[in-house]
Amino acid sequence: MTDPNRLTIADARDALARGDLTAVELTEACLTAIEGAGTLNAFVHHTPDMARQMASAADARLKAGDAAPMTGIPVGIKDVFCVKGVPSQAGSRILQGFVPEYESTVTRNLWTAGAVMLGKLNQDEFAMGSTNESSCYGPAVNPWRGAGGVQLTPGGSSGGSAAAVAADLCLGATGTDTGGSIRQPAAFTGTVGLKPTYGRVSRWGVIAYASSLDQAGPMTRTVRDAAIMLGAMASADPQDSTCADLPVPDFEAALTGDIRGKRIGIPREYRMEGMPDAIDALWREGADMLRDAGAEIVDISLPHTKYALPAYYVIAPAEASSNLARYDGVRYGHRASLGAGEGITRMYEKTRAEGFGAEVQRRVMIGTYVLSAGFYDAYYNRARRVRALIKRDFDRAFAEGIDSILAPATPSAAFPLGSVDKGDPVQMYLNDVFTVTLNLAGLPGISVPVGQDAQGLPLGLQLFGRPFEEGALLNQAAVLERAAGFVAKPDRWW
Amino acid sequence: MSITEDQARKVAHLARIAVDEDALPALARELDSILQFMDQLNEVDVEGIEPMTGVTPMRLKRREDVVSSGGMADRILSNAPDAREGFFAVPKVVE
Repeated sequence: MTDPNRLTIADARDALARGDLTAVELTEACLTAIEGAGTLNAFVHHTPDMARQMASAADARLKAGDAAPMTGIPVGIKDVFCVKGVPSQAGSRILQGFVPEYESTVTRNLWTAGAVMLGKLNQDEFAMGSTNESSCYGPAVNPWRGAGGVQLTPGGSSGGSAAAVAADLCLGATGTDTGGSIRQPAAFTGTVGLKPTYGRVSRWGVIAYASSLDQAGPMTRTVRDAAIMLGAMASADPQDSTCADLPVPDFEAALTGDIRGKRIGIPREYRMEGMPDAIDALWREGADMLRDAGAEIVDISLPHTKYALPAYYVIAPAEASSNLARYDGVRYGHRASLGAGEGITRMYEKTRAEGFGAEVQRRVMIGTYVLSAGFYDAYYNRARRVRALIKRDFDRAFAEGIDSILAPATPSAAFPLGSVDKGDPVQMYLNDVFTVTLNLAGLPGISVPVGQDAQGLPLGLQLFGRPFEEGALLNQAAVLERAAGFVAKPDRWW
Repeated sequence: MSITEDQARKVAHLARIAVDEDALPALARELDSILQFMDQLNEVDVEGIEPMTGVTPMRLKRREDVVSSGGMADRILSNAPDAREGFFAVPKVVE
């Protein structure tokens, strides 16, 4: 079999089961592809020895007839997940040299299912960013190029994951999504990204950004693959008290292709002023595809949508300032060297100034400010009350019989690296306008590649589902995927 | 409301991040533009709405109050920038 690294998870699983392919062959193909893709800067810690060992073990398991759906499937892991014995630093200098003594629940679940670890994937520092440019490793590069060969961002924060999946370096990758960090990079790279319901997947061992918003999910080439991989990542977990005690259904079995009678909402507040025509047209086409498949398209209103972005940029930094207080140069990672007579407070301040990049420092300080005495009610509590209203908008839509909601994933296609003004953080935050609402409400959402812009760059649409109904959501996404027939791949230039 | 250099210095100190004196004006401007963006929240009528604390209507799980793990000081110290005699080492705290 030539280039097995280009297979979908579903096809590789079937080929492995038939014996047409071994896990070792598949893993070697991925390792070779990774070696040839250094320019993309997607993989930042390589684990080829581990990969080969795990692939051999998977072959033994396949031979013994003891295989699970992910057995022998090579995956990449976002740097934010702790993998025992492998550097895990969430794209930050402050965790330089940190090698976890423990395994995140998500990766443990994947290894138990027989998946193969290829390495750690690039990301924005502590998952704060939409371009991958805040990574301490330098940005991952989108395999899709712009006019004249200009290098584009793969999006963020899970940009390395998206680039690796789009460039066929791995069959699937883990991502995390706090404000759109799975769905936006998926849309920028023509791949599928699923953010599960808050609590579907354990956060244990995932380096925290904003604990009430963070959720891990799969990034894959197809919706079916997302269903398979979510099934392997999800579990109840006594180590995470916010992880739901729910059985993990067979998500793949939910892909019936039948969405007749489903009511799909089109939220009028997502039709933003100045939205590019290509995005607007794509959204209409997506609605037509779902209507043609028998769904009922309904105009709905989510009146507080406009306030999601400012609410998010209060709540997420507030939680981050608290979570990131642990990086003090005492227990792990970087510690600044001190001058004579400098005490412990100076050690904290220098360590954090040296270890955190500009965007992380900015968010920690904003979070500190909104939680400080005198401002807590004006900013933090007000934002949490607005968050309750945003969630109520969705609750009402679902109570009125809406099954899911269709919206654009991003306000544009991927843009050139270096084109966002770092001195204007608000401009950068506007990238997340279509994605943050979902995290605030804790709902599941999926980004599916549906079309291309005039330059040929991929564009995605999002579907939002009801809480803990990822199966139904994936089924609708699969119908959209098939109707859109998105098959374009980036030309190999790297 | 606009952020003064003094307020920027104070927030940097509360966040335990060293900021050079000459970087304070730019920091104050940045924080100010972000806070202005957040001021949109004042347009929303939140009368009678409770601040949201969690997204799922789920009681936080309880567990038995028993020791379930431990006895691995060496593993916990293995990532420390400075560990001595089974402890994390830091600059002198008490004179």
